[in-house]
Amino acid sequence: MTAYIVRRTLQAVLTVILVSIITFGLLHLLPGGMVRGLLGTHANPQSIAQLSAQMGLNRPLFMQYLSWFGNFLHGDFGWDYFKQQSVGSLIQGTIGQSMYIVGLSLVLSVLISIPIGVLQAVRRNTLLDHTLTFVSFVLWGIPTFLIAFLMLDLFVDQLGWIPTSNEIASFHDALTQPQAIILPVACLTLTSFAGYSRYLRSSVLDELTQEYVRTAIAKGAGRRRVLYGHVLRNAMIPMITLIGLSLPALVGGAVIIENVFNIQGIGLLTTQAALTNDFGVTLAITMLTAALTVLGSLIADLSYAILDPRVRLD
Amino acid sequence: MTTTPEEVLSPEPTSVELGLESVEKPRSMFRRGWEVFAENKLALAALVFLVAFILLCYLGPMFYHGNGTQSDMEAVTLPPGAGHPLGTDENGADVLAQFFKGGQLSLNVGVLGGVISAVIGTLYGAISGYFGGWLDAVMMRVIDALMSIPLIFLLIYLGMIWGHDATLMIWVIGLTGWVGITRLIRGESMVIKVRDYVAAARMMGGSGPHIIRKHILPNTIGTTIVNTTFSIAGSIFYLSTLSFIGLGLESPHADLGGMLNDGTQFVDQGYWWMIYPAAIAIILVILAFNVIGDALRDAFETRLQKR
Repeated sequence: MTAYIVRRTLQAVLTVILVSIITFGLLHLLPGGMVRGLLGTHANPQSIAQLSAQMGLNRPLFMQYLSWFGNFLHGDFGWDYFKQQSVGSLIQGTIGQSMYIVGLSLVLSVLISIPIGVLQAVRRNTLLDHTLTFVSFVLWGIPTFLIAFLMLDLFVDQLGWIPTSNEIASFHDALTQPQAIILPVACLTLTSFAGYSRYLRSSVLDELTQEYVRTAIAKGAGRRRVLYGHVLRNAMIPMITLIGLSLPALVGGAVIIENVFNIQGIGLLTTQAALTNDFGVTLAITMLTAALTVLGSLIADLSYAILDPRVRLD
Repeated sequence: MTTTPEEVLSPEPTSVELGLESVEKPRSMFRRGWEVFAENKLALAALVFLVAFILLCYLGPMFYHGNGTQSDMEAVTLPPGAGHPLGTDENGADVLAQFFKGGQLSLNVGVLGGVISAVIGTLYGAISGYFGGWLDAVMMRVIDALMSIPLIFLLIYLGMIWGHDATLMIWVIGLTGWVGITRLIRGESMVIKVRDYVAAARMMGGSGPHIIRKHILPNTIGTTIVNTTFSIAGSIFYLSTLSFIGLGLESPHADLGGMLNDGTQFVDQGYWWMIYPAAIAIILVILAFNVIGDALRDAFETRLQKR
């Protein structure tokens, strides 16, 4: 087990380093990109050179990378030249509500996908199964922003069930205004549960053909006991890996949701930074999100190994 | 197979009579695939819809001469009616004309971006799977890294660096969306490379690039075609998303998502014609590509079973 943990952790560290090289490298595909972004396209060469020197952009690329990544590891994410604030404090003020919404949606979509996936597997190839498959196929295909917009239009504008004047500007708002996060969380849940329920359906179907199911039935275990006591438990374990793999998509969905519902989270921060060509902020957030995602899938894989001893043997 | 008079009169025995050929002429894999595909009514409907939508967007402007870019302050936010079948926008420009143009842009960027993704993903996966060893290990670690960056961040980031016009968006989307295909092709490539005919080709001196071109790629064509379809759906999906949050294509050269970015600002005023035609078109087009991709996958899988 220790060997597995060490190997898997080293792999995660390597991934984070590669992500940092890729994101940092992309930024420097365009010569003077960062400075030109800040000063506008009509800046004169003199001011470009001056700001480049000030920001340390005239050093060799490798040295720039090392100092940037070193700072990043120490929690120094850079400076936002537009808002005149450190990127770290910007992230601190926004990451709470984003993680809250993502976390809540993740838990809800897993909880919803379990009964639906099991139901579809038990009633396989019935009208109900086909309908649910089709519904999740459609939900999976519609862009998140459209689901969000349609729900906003329906529940806020048409039906008036939820008041419009909700703005989530802090983690405190997210906690204290449940009515304002109902729709964002519902959207994110709707767009992400489909993948889980589809997986669970096939996973339960696989497990149902296993011999231990026949044994359990032969020993007189009831339908419910077989299904929830044996089959579901085994079918759920690989879900952990799937959840780890689906984290990037979920975080990506949150970016869109925050834009539509005007939640001052990390996704909206990214979009605003992109609109003002503030490369440093986008770079830092992209890097941080990827690092958190890697950490998430590391945790997923390690808990998988704890639950299923077969994994750590190979 | 109907018998022609010539065949009846022909003194020479046909190859069937001589037992040289199976009675039924072997059909090409695409023909067998099409038969399975055609049984899927939903997929046929999706195909018919897509063809109709493509014709509408490209041929529409030839018959309908509304102006989607010029502002006309006399005719601002008109509801659908005479002269403007889909009404006008906040600048008085014709929405139907914008819809044709937006549909074209969504399709162009979607298809080209999707194809670029598929080409990169297929080649990357084939090379990684065929050569294996340390090359494969390095290439797969890069994939791990790319997969852990949420795609939307990568898109926003590349869009910032390169800029936001239609041609650049094709590359931004094409260069980010290929990771999923790579893993599938890599898996198939690893299966194919241990087959006897590949071993034979290698023993006769076939180089790696030659074997990939002549054996690996042709044998993964099914997976490539299926995933190109999904990839096109994904490209249209992401282009509309980027445009919607203001980081993709903007009016007057907006795709369907960019039109929605404009239109949804007026949702409170009830200007539905600036929102729902584009919204429904995006949903149906993406759904159609996904349905077709699903049906193609069934078709190719059946082909494999019958072989």
